[in-house]
Amino acid sequence: MPAKNSKLARPTPARLKEEILKKYPPKVARKRAKQILINEALENDTPEITANVRTIPGIITMRGCTYAGCKGVIMGPTRDIVNITHGPIGCGFYSWLTRRNQTDASAPDAHNYMTYCFSTDMQDKDIIFGGEKKLEQAIQEAYDLFHPKGIAIFATCPVGLIGDDIHAVAAKMKRKLGDCNVFAFSCEGYKGVSQSAGHHIANNQVFRHLVGQNDEPKPGEYKISLLGEYNIGGDGFEIDRILKKCGITNIATFSGNSSYDQFASAHTADLNAVMCHRSINYVADMLEIKFGIPWVKVNFIGAEATSKSLRKIAQYFGERKLIDRVEEVIAEELPPVKAVAEEVRPRTEGKTAMLFVGGSRAHHYQELFKELGMQTISAGYEFAHRDDYEGRHVLPNLQVDADSRNIEEIEVHPDESRHNPRKSEAEMTELTEAGLKFKEYDGMIPDMNPGAMVIDDLNQYEAEKMVEMLKPDIFCAGIKEKFSIQKLGIPMKQLHSYDSGGPYAGFRGAVNFYHEIDRLVNSRVWGYMKAPWQENPELSATYVWE
Amino acid sequence: MRKIAIYGKGGIGKSTTTQNTVAGLAEMGKKIMVVGCDPKADSTRLLLGGLAQKSVLDTLREEGEDVELEDIRRSGFMETWCVESGGPEPGVGCAGRGIITSINMLESLGAYEESEGLDYAFYDVLGDVVCGGFAMPIRDGKAQEIYIVCSGEMMAMYAANNICKGIRKYAESGGVRLGGLICNSRNVDNESEMIQELAKKIGTQMIYFVPRDNDVQRAEINRQTVIEWNPEAPQAQHYRNLAKAIDENQMFVIPNPLEIEELEQLLLNYGLMAA
Repeated sequence: MPAKNSKLARPTPARLKEEILKKYPPKVARKRAKQILINEALENDTPEITANVRTIPGIITMRGCTYAGCKGVIMGPTRDIVNITHGPIGCGFYSWLTRRNQTDASAPDAHNYMTYCFSTDMQDKDIIFGGEKKLEQAIQEAYDLFHPKGIAIFATCPVGLIGDDIHAVAAKMKRKLGDCNVFAFSCEGYKGVSQSAGHHIANNQVFRHLVGQNDEPKPGEYKISLLGEYNIGGDGFEIDRILKKCGITNIATFSGNSSYDQFASAHTADLNAVMCHRSINYVADMLEIKFGIPWVKVNFIGAEATSKSLRKIAQYFGERKLIDRVEEVIAEELPPVKAVAEEVRPRTEGKTAMLFVGGSRAHHYQELFKELGMQTISAGYEFAHRDDYEGRHVLPNLQVDADSRNIEEIEVHPDESRHNPRKSEAEMTELTEAGLKFKEYDGMIPDMNPGAMVIDDLNQYEAEKMVEMLKPDIFCAGIKEKFSIQKLGIPMKQLHSYDSGGPYAGFRGAVNFYHEIDRLVNSRVWGYMKAPWQENPELSATYVWE
Repeated sequence: MRKIAIYGKGGIGKSTTTQNTVAGLAEMGKKIMVVGCDPKADSTRLLLGGLAQKSVLDTLREEGEDVELEDIRRSGFMETWCVESGGPEPGVGCAGRGIITSINMLESLGAYEESEGLDYAFYDVLGDVVCGGFAMPIRDGKAQEIYIVCSGEMMAMYAANNICKGIRKYAESGGVRLGGLICNSRNVDNESEMIQELAKKIGTQMIYFVPRDNDVQRAEINRQTVIEWNPEAPQAQHYRNLAKAIDENQMFVIPNPLEIEELEQLLLNYGLMAA
């Protein structure tokens, strides 16, 4: 295979790190050094990474803003809540249908407002005189047009600066409208250090204003909720297909392919299965404290991981019927997936990947690459916290800084009438002893090879440097990185929006991913491309008026 | 045309001093425009004989983009032009942004054009330099000269010093300079000496000491400047003197704001002298 030789001469991780830091001024280098970790065994300890800290000004970060995390990620995928962006038009426009979160509104009484973009379109005069009246008007207008069950309001940066009281407006309009739940999110873009703050803010309000609104039990057995699954490219559809086939009832997904009613009934589920730990663990914890629903970490990215997650759920419910059904489904679904993997694997084996995405995806997708025989030589998150890297055991030692304190932490107590521990203490102990881990996530690092580089909040410069020095066969990140990586001659796969592909979750998703990666890493199109300056380094031109 | 901004601690008498000074300059035959940069829109009350002014921002809000210069300025005492920027109700919106918008509006409508024949434009700005919007009159060469109204009270001097920090910030990038401190007396011990000393330390001058006189209050009740209400009053003469001092002023500096310890020491020295 060509280009293999250069990989043998790959610099050592320590050398790589040194090389990256060399470019920075001393203070910046000191800070970045703590966010670049070489995965190696220390004497009695695991290496510690710094995460969820401010990006140093001047660095071209991959991160997004708090508004994006709140409106775009968590609340965006719900089809029948009208999402009004309170602010200048750009924030609403650029967060309109850009995340490829799909929804199924085919039921006769289903509504889908996701294709609309609602904004108060703030103008200079609204900034000066305040935008509350215009917001009221927008809520009224949306209500008159659609009569939705819920209207959510999202604050953009200027709203926080001028102090519009969006929560008071929401409460007033909720009273006035009577049959529409109106609630607001103080998710100004500048809050927090990344979009992660927006997830937390969204979690809080979803829990406050939506969860627990409907006590009516839903039909079905083995009721779970799926937390932190956003149905990008139809991932959620595939997971739902598998769950249904196993006889597991999904009460609510937070928030892919979700509806108002799902949130309202979420507290009637008996188990919460957490996919993206970073974006939704707050709701999982709150559901446990208030209603007594335990949570387990799952991962439906990767065929093996999917099987493992299904078995976890079956083990929790502990009934033979479900356990057997899950095994039947796995026995039926897994072999065809493995057959594809085996067919593809000779062409992907030994190739290398870099993943810099999200707060879970950079971990979860390593599963799929492993199934292709590919090695993840470097990975990192954009907005994760230390527990997503090192595992939740570090939680008691996390330093709470001013930026984190700035984000509300809501205090939850057991619900007087509705708190119902789904399993007795004895049962929980028994399950734990049998190997089912509750409230547990070990993070990305333990799953990575020794010597792999883990880099938090990777930036443009470091991305280019890493690609230059390690020459991976594929680089996975988001749209902002897409073209700069391709220009370096490396195939690039978006793992936020999946480019135009997906689903990649579950069994069928794995097959899609195998084919996609096979296509990407074996295409030499980027390597054959020559940029104009490579062929002709000196460009000459004349002024048109000469 | 000279463009002058008046700053100072809230309640120190900026609007009163500005309007009385403007009346003095008008008497000298100068053509002046006063721009009130306060959401309360009460900076031209004495020149207009009442609060009947419709603000730039209200006009902009009601008329949309179709605004004429004549909609937003009114002629006051001795044909001074009076403009009120206006702004939101207390507790909502962004008054600073409002000032930016209204000054830009005045510019685009040609209020400062040569054809208007102005000798002076005065900006009367709310309180301290609280945010970027309230610093608008001293940015981008909108005002070239600043006068700070202060008294011998600690908080007034503290505010004056703070304003100097704002001036210095824009003096380095734009062309704005400090023209001096106007002492609006509160009958504090050694007030004149203390303000002169403060001015010296900042690198400027006390351009005038306006004594305290109840005639100011009497004129205000009549919605007039002292010069209009009683041209013979001694206080009217003081304002004429201040107007003349500003008209003849040649001293324009980039101020050197004091450290807080220095400022407190100053107060201590002069306060103790009296004891």
